[in-house]
Amino acid sequence: MTFSLRRRPDQRLDLSPLVPHLLGGKTAAEIERVELQTTRARVSVAEVFRLRMGDPGSVRIEGGCERLDRIGRAMTGGEVVVEGDVGVQAGRLMTGGRLVLHGNAGPWAASGLKGGVVEIDGTAGDFLGGPLAGEMAGMRGGTVIVHGGAGDRAGDRMRRGTIIIEGRAGAYAGSRMIAGTMIVGRKAGALPGFLMKRGTIVLGEGCSVISPTFVDCGRHELVAMRLWAGFVDPLSKPAAALLRQPLRRLAGDMAVLGKGEIFIGNRN
Amino acid sequence: MRVLTVKGVRIDDTFAEAFDMRATAVIITADSPRWARQAAIAMTGFATSVIGCGCEAGIDRELAAKQTPDRRPGARVLLFAVSTSELQKQLAARVAQCVLTSPGSACYAGIEGEETLRLGNALRYFGDGWQISKRFGAKHFWRIPVMDGEFVCEATTGLTRKAVGGGNLLIIGRTTETTRAAAEAAAAAIAKVPDAIAPFPGGIARAGSKVGSKYKGVPASTNDAYCPTLRGAVKTSLDADAGSVLEIVIDGLTSDAVARAMRAGVAAIVKLGPKRGAMRISAGNYGGKLGPHHYHLRDLLP
Repeated sequence: MTFSLRRRPDQRLDLSPLVPHLLGGKTAAEIERVELQTTRARVSVAEVFRLRMGDPGSVRIEGGCERLDRIGRAMTGGEVVVEGDVGVQAGRLMTGGRLVLHGNAGPWAASGLKGGVVEIDGTAGDFLGGPLAGEMAGMRGGTVIVHGGAGDRAGDRMRRGTIIIEGRAGAYAGSRMIAGTMIVGRKAGALPGFLMKRGTIVLGEGCSVISPTFVDCGRHELVAMRLWAGFVDPLSKPAAALLRQPLRRLAGDMAVLGKGEIFIGNRN
Repeated sequence: MRVLTVKGVRIDDTFAEAFDMRATAVIITADSPRWARQAAIAMTGFATSVIGCGCEAGIDRELAAKQTPDRRPGARVLLFAVSTSELQKQLAARVAQCVLTSPGSACYAGIEGEETLRLGNALRYFGDGWQISKRFGAKHFWRIPVMDGEFVCEATTGLTRKAVGGGNLLIIGRTTETTRAAAEAAAAAIAKVPDAIAPFPGGIARAGSKVGSKYKGVPASTNDAYCPTLRGAVKTSLDADAGSVLEIVIDGLTSDAVARAMRAGVAAIVKLGPKRGAMRISAGNYGGKLGPHHYHLRDLLP
């Protein structure tokens, strides 16, 4: 099933209805009447997209725009592929399936992800996988792969799951992590793992500033990393290669529980 | 009893009687095949019979690095017991004492199952609060800090209720040397069969047992009917030319695995022939009244 963007929308759109489990069983006319507006001015699918019917389990959105918000929200299965950029909260609260973005994603991509895979070819905005204001936890499962870089506070309050950022990460990567794993292929900004309790962060090229509340535990070649590399390899070859290196382990954040860890690669 | 003869080896027209068991499997890896094997040998030590050891265990096969989860050399170990609780107890104790302690080791689930046994979930407390839980997809692991780095252990492993224990071959020869040669050939052939083990030393038992004893509280005692030195004194099952008997006991994750192992053993004995090996093959049973699995030797001929 393909949605081709007719033109740049006049307002931000909520694309959360365009997911496989909500499209299944609907006719073309019913889908074209689905409302996507986020203001008082009504906007239907037919006004914004040219619809080509097909398998609702495989949704394709052609023509991206940073005004397309909440794509793949709460997906339970199937696949959504976007050829272009997307707005905020792409893949938020997904429990299954696969969301592929051939472009850049705005803030809160994969926010509160519970399952499934989110793959972003370009860059991700701030709070990748993070919670919205007032939420106790960010990502709770699933896998996020960003082939570019990510903004600040990637993996904020992450509880479970895996985030792979092949490029750079902004400041406070893995801030307030509860658990889970995050790999940053290149350099991270200031203070990664800020106030993390548990969890694992791997930084291929280190970071601009490390918090003094992380303590050096030496350089190690751990079996767990080899094992992890085997799982990561099908998702990201560079990340898997990073995990196969000897890595320097820092334990922290000692300002809180101190059961977390940051591994730093040789390229630091 | 009708006797079949294949290439000069007499094969009794009888059957091995075997029992349902609970079983599990783990994969042990290490930095080298030597250390993976060492941990597996330690873990499967003193595990020849459920009567005295709590479980029966053995190395199913050694694994190349590309066959293991962490891409290091490894070994797959099978454990069998008569109850789930005893199997859990033996698994946790043996992995804790023999694998966790072995240099460079890691331990993973070796069998999938709807039911599971606690593996790392039982051992994680050794980490004294420094243990780290890691989930990759559907897999859950524990990282436990130890003095050479970390012990990585999968949280659970599978349990099967379809396992069978007690498949057996009685190998009867003229001398101890020829009988042992036949038993060694059979044990080597059985070792190549996947999902089956022969838990006795080197796969071979020389002290086969019968149920009960003249002494109170002794559940099993020597199988006098197959003791050559008692041939004239008891109701013997041996011919006049029999000088030595060895037994191979086989446990398998499935009944089919036991049958395949017994078939491989019979074929190896027959191939060796009566001059260099055994002159007769038989099997132990209890009249077919105790065990639900019957492996008739006539169905296992090469």
